[in-house]
Amino acid sequence: MTAMDAYNFAYLDEDTKRMIRRALLKAVAIPGYQVPFASREMPMPYGWGTGGVQVTAACLTPDDRLKVIDQGADDTTNAVSIRRFFQRTAGVEVTEETEDATIIQTRHRIPEAPLQERQIMVFQVPIPEPLRFLEPRETETRRMHALADYGLMQVKLYEDIARHGRIATAYAYPVRVEGRYVMDPSPIPKFDNPKLDDSPALMLFGAGREQRIYALPPYTRVESLDFDDHPFVASKADHACDICGATESYLDEVITDDQGGRIFVCSDTAFCRSRQEDRQ
Amino acid sequence: MTPLFSVRGLEKRYGARIGCTGIGFDLWPGEVMGIVGESGSGKSTLLSCLAGHLPPDRGEVIYDGRDVLAMSEPERRMLARTDWAFVHQNPRDGLRMAVSAGGNVGERLMAVGARHYGDIRETATDWLGRVEIASDRIDDRPSAFSGGMQQRLQIARNLVTGPRLVFMDEPTGGLDVSVQARLLDLLRGLVRRMGLSAIIVTHDLAVVRLLADRLMVMKGGECVETGLTDQVLDDPQHAYTQLLVSSVLQV
Amino acid sequence: MNVIELSNVSKTFTLHNQGAAVIPVMSDVTLSVAPGECVGLLGASGAGKSTLMRMIWGNYLAASGRITVAGTDVARAEPREILALRRERMAYVSQFLRVVPRVPTIEVVAEPLLLTGTPEDQARDRAAALLARLRIPERLWQLSPTTFSGGEQQRVNIARGFIRQVPVMLLDEPTASLDAANRETVLSLIGEAKARGTAIVGIFHDEAARDRVCDRMIDMARFAA
Repeated sequence: MTAMDAYNFAYLDEDTKRMIRRALLKAVAIPGYQVPFASREMPMPYGWGTGGVQVTAACLTPDDRLKVIDQGADDTTNAVSIRRFFQRTAGVEVTEETEDATIIQTRHRIPEAPLQERQIMVFQVPIPEPLRFLEPRETETRRMHALADYGLMQVKLYEDIARHGRIATAYAYPVRVEGRYVMDPSPIPKFDNPKLDDSPALMLFGAGREQRIYALPPYTRVESLDFDDHPFVASKADHACDICGATESYLDEVITDDQGGRIFVCSDTAFCRSRQEDRQ
Repeated sequence: MTPLFSVRGLEKRYGARIGCTGIGFDLWPGEVMGIVGESGSGKSTLLSCLAGHLPPDRGEVIYDGRDVLAMSEPERRMLARTDWAFVHQNPRDGLRMAVSAGGNVGERLMAVGARHYGDIRETATDWLGRVEIASDRIDDRPSAFSGGMQQRLQIARNLVTGPRLVFMDEPTGGLDVSVQARLLDLLRGLVRRMGLSAIIVTHDLAVVRLLADRLMVMKGGECVETGLTDQVLDDPQHAYTQLLVSSVLQV
Repeated sequence: MNVIELSNVSKTFTLHNQGAAVIPVMSDVTLSVAPGECVGLLGASGAGKSTLMRMIWGNYLAASGRITVAGTDVARAEPREILALRRERMAYVSQFLRVVPRVPTIEVVAEPLLLTGTPEDQARDRAAALLARLRIPERLWQLSPTTFSGGEQQRVNIARGFIRQVPVMLLDEPTASLDAANRETVLSLIGEAKARGTAIVGIFHDEAARDRVCDRMIDMARFAA
């Protein structure tokens, strides 16, 4: 018996998983609606993906193949530690290939490779309430959601244009789900927003500190808010990837020296690697 | 012609204490009614009940043939951001202090579905002009405005959707006397040009003399006298009204 | 057909805060004024001349009786009916000017026309013409009348009263503090109104003026309570 055998499968006890699954079912039933859940203390600090980890733990089965990314990369600290956490506590297979994964936990990105049916995306969410910075009272924002009273959300975009001449919100860009709930898609770049719309994969969002779960069932209509004369644009850096040459992927800017040298590379490391392999 | 707003037998209690009771009136299109009385006379409670901020215990409130008290919350909110407006005494209660002047004015438009930035901005600019705020202040936050400007901004924010009924709670309350006159003149002009009906709660008799067509005098939660504004002020019939009128310092 | 009809009107003031003292002012007032007729009220101060005018205006409440003015029973009418009467069919030139402090004189004069829906430029043109006729210097038109002299304020009040053509006018000492030229202008304004068929009730201490415009005099002593 190893030390890990002392834990239940995927760390959380079955009662907790059941509680989370109930919240997930409700969230799937009401796309975009924030369902409260009794978030547990996890063996990692808030802000490190405790919400996502709990959702993943509740969804994981021994047959699953897990991929974890942080800012698109499989090999950064957050991704590595969460992947190892589930390898040790659940013994599941892991992968870096988007196509091979059954569950993908992510922070700040949606992979470039098209998602498929039977895949589950799990998003780590810091602040689930899109109206938070405009209306600090939770009682009031809940009422606004209940009544679909969303003029204020539009005000935020108005302020953007008034100040910057365009909608400057670049990430956590608010969306309207099935013409009903306004939702924060987590801090993904707005480049990824179109991937939320009509996606064949199930999308689950977990906010650990804020104790909220919400979801997009497969093939849900997801529209990014905008103005008629300032339409939504899924922007990215106007470059090709300096490693794989991709022109259609989201890029990270990497500073290479202190002389102003910089390169642009795919933020999705798995995508970039597979393109390099294809070229060879 | 039918009344725009009708109230019958309205009562609100706080436990055993009476907030207001036995209130009834008809407000006609284009009419401005003042509700006067001292602090604690129930005028603010009444205004809250009328505007749907506080559920009354008894009575009827009919707006344009619709039973306001029987409305669902979404219906009432829709009414509150289209046909109705509410001007608070303290502009901070009626403005979003972290949002620019233009955003404050535009919010009601966006709440009812405006999605064209250029149009929203043009309308906001026009309204800032109407309340005498220079158009180059459109991107400033209300926190950078004086009290009088904040109050004018609140009025623009409220009137931009062309409401038919405006509730005002001591609209000139926190302002310097010189600023009050300017605001009153502005309100008078807007009320006349837009054909607004309004209910104004105030303890300032000079304000109602200039703004209100008719008066309701309240004491202890009850209406003690109603009538044409200048008649009530110049020939008050009830003992309390006589006291109220005679207590005003003459300058 | 009389435009102003008072029958059995009485007025008392009840001072609730001074031992509910009841002060009778007048009783059994019966009076009628025909179109184009000007009736002057006579009587010592305190006889109730101004009170009677204010009752016709709807400013004071009659204790009993009927006051019909251009089709409206002022003693019983709803506030909005009295306001409609004042807006459309009656004008009152009082001795005191009561206005919002910073409003320009020209706006003050034009306001009664604006309330009846006259376009703003037309209303302003009419106001300008009247102010000129009453010799208010043009440089003052954009200023608030609150700082004007008594005579100037009086003329602003008169301009405001005469800017509309209405069937009923109430004039409270319209020539009191005016110089000869302006007094003459006001008297001709009154004459023109009468010629148009306006029924007028007025208080004139100026005897010569009274003789020129009044068709009949009524002594308030007749109605003493």
